[in-house]
Amino acid sequence: MSISQPAFNESPVTQPELIINDFSITVATVNGSGSQTSNLTILRALFKMGIPVSGKNLFPSNIQGLPTWYTIRVSKDGYLARREEQEIMVAMNPATFIQDLANVSPGGVFIYPDDITFKIERTDIHTYTMPVKRLVKESEAPSNLRDYIANMVYVGVLSNLLNVDLDKIYSALDFHFKAKTKPIELNFGVVKAAYDWAATNLVKADRFQVAPMNETNDCIMADGNTAAALGAIYGGVQFAAWYPITPATSLAESLNEYLPKLRRDPETEKNTFVVLQAEDELAAIGMAIGAGWSGLRSMTSTSGPGLSLMTEYAGLAYFSEVPVVVWDVQRVGPSTGLPTRTAQGDITFTYFMGHGDTQMIMLLPCSVNECFEFGWKAFDIAERLQTPIFVLSDLDLGMNQWMSNPFTYPDQPMDRGKILWEEDLNKLEKRWGRYQDVDGDGIPYRTVPGNKHPLAPYFTRGTGHDENARYSEDSETWRKLLDRLALKFQTARNYVPKPVVEKMEGARVAIISYGSTEPAIVEARQKLIQQGLKTDFLRLRAVPFTQEVDDFVKDYDRIYVIEMNRDGQMHKLLCMAYPEQTTRLISIAYTDGLPMTARNIGEMILAKEEN
Amino acid sequence: MDVQTANGPRSQVNLIGLSRADYRGNPTTLCQGCGHNSISNQIISAAYEVNLEPESVVKFSGIGCSSKSPTYFLNRSFGFNGLHGRMPSLATGALFGDHTLKGLAVSGDGDTASIGMGQFKHAIRRNLRLVYIVENNGVYGLTKGQFSATAEMGLRLKNQGTNPYMPIDIALEALVGNATFVARSFAGDPKQVKELIKAALSHGGISVLDIISPCVTFNNQDSAMHSYTWGKEHEVALHELSFVPPAEEIMIEYGEGEAKEVTMHDGSTVILKKLGKDYDPTNRSEALRVLEEANAQQVLLTGLIYINTEQPSLREIYNITETPLNRLSQERIRPSRESMEMVNGLMF
Repeated sequence: MSISQPAFNESPVTQPELIINDFSITVATVNGSGSQTSNLTILRALFKMGIPVSGKNLFPSNIQGLPTWYTIRVSKDGYLARREEQEIMVAMNPATFIQDLANVSPGGVFIYPDDITFKIERTDIHTYTMPVKRLVKESEAPSNLRDYIANMVYVGVLSNLLNVDLDKIYSALDFHFKAKTKPIELNFGVVKAAYDWAATNLVKADRFQVAPMNETNDCIMADGNTAAALGAIYGGVQFAAWYPITPATSLAESLNEYLPKLRRDPETEKNTFVVLQAEDELAAIGMAIGAGWSGLRSMTSTSGPGLSLMTEYAGLAYFSEVPVVVWDVQRVGPSTGLPTRTAQGDITFTYFMGHGDTQMIMLLPCSVNECFEFGWKAFDIAERLQTPIFVLSDLDLGMNQWMSNPFTYPDQPMDRGKILWEEDLNKLEKRWGRYQDVDGDGIPYRTVPGNKHPLAPYFTRGTGHDENARYSEDSETWRKLLDRLALKFQTARNYVPKPVVEKMEGARVAIISYGSTEPAIVEARQKLIQQGLKTDFLRLRAVPFTQEVDDFVKDYDRIYVIEMNRDGQMHKLLCMAYPEQTTRLISIAYTDGLPMTARNIGEMILAKEEN
Repeated sequence: MDVQTANGPRSQVNLIGLSRADYRGNPTTLCQGCGHNSISNQIISAAYEVNLEPESVVKFSGIGCSSKSPTYFLNRSFGFNGLHGRMPSLATGALFGDHTLKGLAVSGDGDTASIGMGQFKHAIRRNLRLVYIVENNGVYGLTKGQFSATAEMGLRLKNQGTNPYMPIDIALEALVGNATFVARSFAGDPKQVKELIKAALSHGGISVLDIISPCVTFNNQDSAMHSYTWGKEHEVALHELSFVPPAEEIMIEYGEGEAKEVTMHDGSTVILKKLGKDYDPTNRSEALRVLEEANAQQVLLTGLIYINTEQPSLREIYNITETPLNRLSQERIRPSRESMEMVNGLMF
């Protein structure tokens, strides 16, 4: 993590009054030390106090022993994006101590265990030490748990310094340990001891504090992967095959957690679902395509490297027209890349996934709520269009806890698409053929195995085939088939989620973005107003682009396309779709593995504006 | 189905009223004399004889000459010709659509033992209800004659030189991977092929049939282990095999100690008439031993090498509904509106 000079005119830190509910806390620890429990406890307690809050885990690809940071943003204004400024730093890791000390904002707070003996030269910050070892010893915790509960000491000290409600800390622990008294009492005991120690021994000299608000009453906290899994369950997922990969693993694990609760027949105790851990990602998508072909609502979940492996099957599914949903929780690549860092780097790869001519449909959720919504909607779109649907989330959205609205029940009945069963085939006047474009929308009708009508079976293949699914190498047949698939992609424009557009009176400049950059862009737009720049904003929610996007791109002098990759991947797709607008579409692509910040976005836009 | 025509004689039908024609496929496009065609014919005969409902079968294949063959039989069955070496995953997912269906897969030695080894072994491990036939000819036909992983060491092929590697034994791989039905046969022994397919169709889990199927175009030198001549000269059958469908009474009588019966998942019976020595196909270590022995002695050991009817199939492991999953209504796969509040309550 690095810090640079602020570009925006923020209130100078030398003012004497308290700063309430508007700062960031960073905790530096070693991964595998149980700090995640402590950090989530603070995050959840603040949330329960009614304060808008967001938490981000900046962690290494490792099980134990490497530096990890957790940042919590407390924002009375409801901004949930990451910030560069770190007003409060808890430095638990000697290995990063000097770096962490340097990163504290002037006027900020630096808290560390008293066994780290280092002469702190900075005089522009407030420092506090904590007797971590002594308090842990006094807790009488079993020796194997001491390292874990050591991190509860900073929870207690922070709670005292910032005025965090201890009852809320207790509720957070109660949730985390699923109401199991023993671990709750052990951890809370340490928190309380540290809190009391701080009350007696620390003299508060800094100005940071939290105070209860009413801004989170109707909200929940959840991560995008859990939301995606729940959305899929409400979308009737019947088959999911997967292979472990960070940061997508918890999506499949959430299916395993919630499916038995929600989709087991209470009378017969039989399951209406199958979740299968495959031997690799290629097998996972192969299974999912098999299941989709046989009429199940079928999915897989993965990240970049897994997506690469899935390519050959994705091409087959596109060409043989099999519905399947693929969640790609993006991370930094290529190759292993930075597996625990976030990015939006799979856009062009996914769009063109396969050989020959392919065009893949992508859904782009920006929030936990959209992960849920697209979780069920993706099946409707896949079955309607009989093609793979890729839902591109990312690590920041998928693995971090986000404050969000409660999940809302699907507002539409399921769309099972053009599927024919025995009685449907009996009613047909004309003989059914698997790849006939009866309705002129490029979408044929399909049957699935188990249909016992003698005319139902057909042979599916990746080789050339005619309208009746028969093998064909005829040139004209091939060309017509590809044209129909292109027409189907046009039809998709009517079924994918429309973009969200937000306007300001008189704006001549616009922003296009997608996915998890949304909170930073919302904040950046407000800050840009202060800088005298009004912006309209279109947030893409799908590819192909819909009519709303066609209209939007014609309207502005300059449109900044903001995304977390190096090459401006969505910018490229937009330029392809709107070649006449290429001079107005300006790419702002930035990737460093960390979630974007409003300051960064604002600076990048202003720099381009000055050019 | 044309059970009786106005003038003609009563055409022959099986117990479910289907004629052999109901089990046929399109004309083959493989080479004349290809062992695969013989196997396709035995699939048709076996399906007819066990009164198989074509609509209750789903065909799968990968890529290669062998994998083209599912269009040459059972035209009234669904089928999916997938990717090279990746057919098992496709079948694994597809067979969950309707658990009452049986999978019938055809693969080749390249499709299974080279590019598809991983998926092959994992399909075995999961014991899905699939008849997995490997049409094994030791050579890549569709790309015109490269060595496959089952080609014997020292085999010489035009334009390829001499194979320097040890071969993979598909039956042995299946057995080591805990397959619940392992058989080997020879396309030149159609009766045995047919009886093994019939038995495999009655098996509740995966059945691997490694069928030596000579490639008349690229690998049929008399000395080659995947040729007709070599196979005929070196075949040693473990037993004579008869299959009795569940609905039929056992007509053939064997004397005490001369035959072994295996009761299949669906109540049918496989009768193994001993040839020379008494072989017990339910003994896995014995099965491993005879395969190793046959390899050492350079003989083509054929028959039902191993069977285990106790292992639960993939469907049983997943405890899914009696109604096929692909026929469940929206009400059964979308949780109730009321449950939404409970779910939100589970979040913090």
